[in-house]
Amino acid sequence: MNGGILVLAEQLKGEPTGVAFEMLGVGRTIADELGVQLEAVVIGGEGDEIASGLGAADKVLKVDMGDDQMPVSDTVVSILDQVSDKRSPALILIGCTNVSQGIGTRLAERRGLAHLNFCTKVNIEDGRPVFTSQLFGGKIFADATLPEDKGVVSIYPGAFPAEAGKSEKTPEVEKIDVEVPESPVVFKRFIEPEIGDVDITGYDVLVSVGRGIQNPDNIELAEELAAAMGGAVSASRPVIDQGWLPLTRQVGKSGMNVKPKLYLALGISGAPEHQEGMKNASMIVAVNTDDKAPIFDISHYGTTIDLFDLVEVLKDKLEEAKGT
Amino acid sequence: MEEPVRQTFWNVPHWAEIAQYAGGGLAVIIFLYGLWRHIKRWKSGRSEKLEGTFGHRLTLLVKYGLFQGRLSNDAQSLLMHLFIFWGMAVLALATAIATVDWDVAHLLFDYQFLKGNFYLVYELGADLFGLFLVIGLCIAVIRRYIQRPEKLATENPPTFKIDSGALLLMLLGIAITGFIVEALRLASMKPDWAEWAFIGYALSGLFGAMSIDSIEASHFVFWSAHAVLSFVFIAAIPYSKAFHMVSSAVSVYTGNNIPPGRVSEDNEEGVVGITDFTWRQLIQFDGCTWCGRCQDVCPAHAAGWRLSPKNVVLKLNAESGRSAGSSKPENKSDNGGTPEGLGDVVSAEELWGCTTCAACENECPVFIQQPRALIDMRRHLVIEGELGDTLGEVLMKITRYGNSFGQSDRARSKWTQGLDFKLKDARKEAVEYLWFVGDYASYDARVQEVSRAVARLFHAAGLDFGILNESEKGTGNDIRRVGEEGLFDMLREKNLKALSKAKYKKIVTTDPHTYNALKNDYARDMDGVEVVHYTEVLEQLVSERKLEPSRPLNAKVTFHDPCYLGRYNGVYASPRKVLRALGAEVAEMPRTREHSFCCGAGGGRIWMEDSPDTKERPADSRIREAAAVSGVQVLAVACPKDLVMFQDAAKTTGFEDKIAVKDIAQLFLETLNQEVKDEQ
Amino acid sequence: MNIIVLMKMVPDVVEPLEIAEDGKNLDKEAIRMMASESSEHALEQALILKDSVGAEVTVAAIEAPELDDALFSASAKGAVRVIKITPEQDGLRADISASVLKEFIKQECGSPGSDTLIFTGSQAIDDLQGELGPTLAEQLGLPFIGVVTSIKPVEGEEGKVTAIKEYSGGLRGEYEVALPAVVGIQAAEQPSRYVPFAKIRAAMKSGSIESTEITPEVEGRGVEIARMYVPEVTGRAEMIEGDPETVAARLIEIFKQNGILG
Repeated sequence: MNGGILVLAEQLKGEPTGVAFEMLGVGRTIADELGVQLEAVVIGGEGDEIASGLGAADKVLKVDMGDDQMPVSDTVVSILDQVSDKRSPALILIGCTNVSQGIGTRLAERRGLAHLNFCTKVNIEDGRPVFTSQLFGGKIFADATLPEDKGVVSIYPGAFPAEAGKSEKTPEVEKIDVEVPESPVVFKRFIEPEIGDVDITGYDVLVSVGRGIQNPDNIELAEELAAAMGGAVSASRPVIDQGWLPLTRQVGKSGMNVKPKLYLALGISGAPEHQEGMKNASMIVAVNTDDKAPIFDISHYGTTIDLFDLVEVLKDKLEEAKGT
Repeated sequence: MEEPVRQTFWNVPHWAEIAQYAGGGLAVIIFLYGLWRHIKRWKSGRSEKLEGTFGHRLTLLVKYGLFQGRLSNDAQSLLMHLFIFWGMAVLALATAIATVDWDVAHLLFDYQFLKGNFYLVYELGADLFGLFLVIGLCIAVIRRYIQRPEKLATENPPTFKIDSGALLLMLLGIAITGFIVEALRLASMKPDWAEWAFIGYALSGLFGAMSIDSIEASHFVFWSAHAVLSFVFIAAIPYSKAFHMVSSAVSVYTGNNIPPGRVSEDNEEGVVGITDFTWRQLIQFDGCTWCGRCQDVCPAHAAGWRLSPKNVVLKLNAESGRSAGSSKPENKSDNGGTPEGLGDVVSAEELWGCTTCAACENECPVFIQQPRALIDMRRHLVIEGELGDTLGEVLMKITRYGNSFGQSDRARSKWTQGLDFKLKDARKEAVEYLWFVGDYASYDARVQEVSRAVARLFHAAGLDFGILNESEKGTGNDIRRVGEEGLFDMLREKNLKALSKAKYKKIVTTDPHTYNALKNDYARDMDGVEVVHYTEVLEQLVSERKLEPSRPLNAKVTFHDPCYLGRYNGVYASPRKVLRALGAEVAEMPRTREHSFCCGAGGGRIWMEDSPDTKERPADSRIREAAAVSGVQVLAVACPKDLVMFQDAAKTTGFEDKIAVKDIAQLFLETLNQEVKDEQ
Repeated sequence: MNIIVLMKMVPDVVEPLEIAEDGKNLDKEAIRMMASESSEHALEQALILKDSVGAEVTVAAIEAPELDDALFSASAKGAVRVIKITPEQDGLRADISASVLKEFIKQECGSPGSDTLIFTGSQAIDDLQGELGPTLAEQLGLPFIGVVTSIKPVEGEEGKVTAIKEYSGGLRGEYEVALPAVVGIQAAEQPSRYVPFAKIRAAMKSGSIESTEITPEVEGRGVEIARMYVPEVTGRAEMIEGDPETVAARLIEIFKQNGILG
């Protein structure tokens, strides 16, 4: 590969997002295997503070944006284009996230590069990075290489370990001066999620309870488990109908359509009406004593042990793991 | 004894006699004007052909008009109504006879036929029916003002607020003044046959102490009051609820003699303004007697949703009256201007609440077709795109995939994969029975099990049957009842095309909704092919001993009559016969056969969300009812939607351990001997 | 306001997807096509603007199987013009499609004015080589904003709209966009309206689809697809047996492997 790797250290509200570390992790692996430089670009925000956390990179390139707290994507494209002119990377990694949507594609178009979207895996074969992308809602995978191994790759969030991109090292930080163009798109303000109940569509982890939870008091168990996993509790229709949880928590036909990374279905049989709302979750784990429950047909993993037994143990183990 | 003879206008001065005729004439003129207004209102509706014969209609009129046959399930109300109706009818007849006797026979020919024994019977009969009237009115007062059943409360009277009360008072007034007039006459004249008029005679004792002068003065006062009240009543008929004497009779007479399962094909665009209903429908609305029977049996109303079929009909009737009364041009939807819609009259929420179970229509004493009116209005909502999110989504799925599950149409016969014999493809080889499987039976995981059970039973019996595989689409029974005529047409065309390419003798289906569509909505294009429900086939297979249950169920079972099998198509016996043949003891729920209580899924409701202020979902109510039947272990069903709804309800109500919800086919399979089961 | 909605047809994933013999693309014979979900939202958002502030909605798409159905439906919903651009293009190549659409926009309005909004779906399931919206924006030299869930004109300011873009976890951002611009719609403010079948039939009868032919400027910078394949799915869940301790331990292992924890 002729040139280094440039990672856009994505941030939101002044914090680096998870995918930033995932990209640094996978970037690090490629860089090490192929013996090239790994550089991260931090644009605006609390640049210095963020930069210091990006020790996995060989170098952090910092672009000042004054008081612009949320550079719009066209501006980011322009900045990355200028940085790329200066650094000539072979590979540019961008998060395949809402925050960075459109940046990778537009940058590739501007620089006449190939762009590979939805990347979930990278292998080095014969000294070339081979990227695996998921297509058609995850139903098909494609393995692809970039022409001359040069291009922009959008990294699917949650596909790579973020841990691999975290390092105690203090990186070398270089301030880069670029021209920041005026954009016809102007960021005005953040709109926080409506206060009130939980928006279950915004969580990566959902602990979802069905009729098998038996009574409203047991929902607390699910809440504790969800808390240990940084997720929220959702439910299937019977639980909502019973008034044990508010309507905002309902998954399925008349409730929410959720696509979390993990959907842990506790005591949910998996009626089609329910499946409709959750079958697109990246991973579904079902706990149900009925081994014929249809939920198992769409789950990735399943177990038929009693959910109450499991939840207790699982919660303890998770908290233990966190503590270390 | 002097021959008894009718002394009409006794103690009435000549001027009063003339005034009475003048008053009567005026009352009749006011009545006729009102009648004309009603008729004008009816005629403002769309045209519609009246089907059925004159003879049949006359029979209906006698049975359901004169004798109020549909009230028979509520003895108190039947008695009340028969007493009031026949009381009034006989008294009116008596008055007519007296008039002819006096002002025709006596005046012109100096002859009276109201004399002798005939007159005595006349007096006796008049008093007897007068008594009936008073009793009937008293029952009515007790019902309305003491018992106060919910169904009698009327939020939206199409006439005026105190209509019912005013009418009752007026009628009571007429009856009582009539008796007093008679009593005073008897008290003064003291004829020796007086006992024949037994009420008047009994009352006359009260006036024995009065002087003749004061008796005669009082008599004239009460006679006048009686006359005035009677005329006011006659004049008020077209302007009050009393008009149902006319309109209900017309509604019964014009009740169409077509299968209840068939939906009107006219007016695909639906109803925008009130005059987009047909004249028959406008008569029906006008014929409503506010009795509330429809509301009492309505699953949507029982669930606490906003819909009450009674209120819808009354609101539409009020609107019909307003529209006819206004001088504006009629609100036909195609007049180019903005039509005045019914959106303010009947809300979308009410319209979407209907499960089209037809319990209301079945119960209505005067043959109002509430579901039809609701479907007509739904059609307009569909055209306007005013359907909830969930329904719109389902309709889009059906448009694309031909099934409400939004699954690949190619996966339609995937359920057969669990069988170790192959089903014939009716598109490729001739079969005796073409099995039209239906959406739920094909795609819902729980019902697929039932479908496989049916297949095993048919296979075990050696039945020659096959399916259409992916050429089958949903029949659109409920699409049509949601009001999406265009989509229904598309589905019908596709299915008819597939059917035309298959070779078969009969069609069997597991789903009553599919059954109804094929039997009624597709009838025109089906060349008279027989459509049967699988329970009918099972019944036949049992009677031909092609299937012999060898291990009797020995369980007490109750059967839920599916709306579209029972009320819509009259199949009640087959499922019960099959259950008995399996060795089950069949116990009935209180609401059974044509009074069966809908599971809440019909008419597209299964695709819609329940209103947040649901008190008790229909399926929950039904499960409770089934579980309350002493000793019942199984709720047997014969409809895929019932299986889904009731299994769910059994879980949410906590009756899961008490009562099992099973399809008849599943129960049947349990009774077959091991070899047959193994063979599968 | 002029809104041009560029819809994209994608394989319907409800149907089983099969791989072509060369192993590098889908078997075109085995798939059914449909308008991508976000394209439908883009159309809906355009119609919402049409209803609320008045806009002329034009819908265009590159030829694909079943495109006519999608265009008739758009027409029935209220698009003034529906246009099919032939010939068919490879849906995986946003750059090629964009070059076709750039020509189309030029044909339509020369250089788009400050009353023009170009809507695309924010992302499609076959955007392997990038999304259509930003590619087209780059080619036209217009601003772009994606993942938009709401768009309204700025009151009192001609040629400006307020767009709301989603980030994650319910957090959103408000932006002001000067037109002309390309906007990638993630979800319309309301779910797609249902258009009664009778109206679609009426649109079919009137036969209102316009057609135009545009040949792309082919560029050779696509990625090299080595193979396409159906990921291994067990069909049924992999069942984890054992006591709660074992199961919990295994689950945590799985969560970690899949980057769900930490």
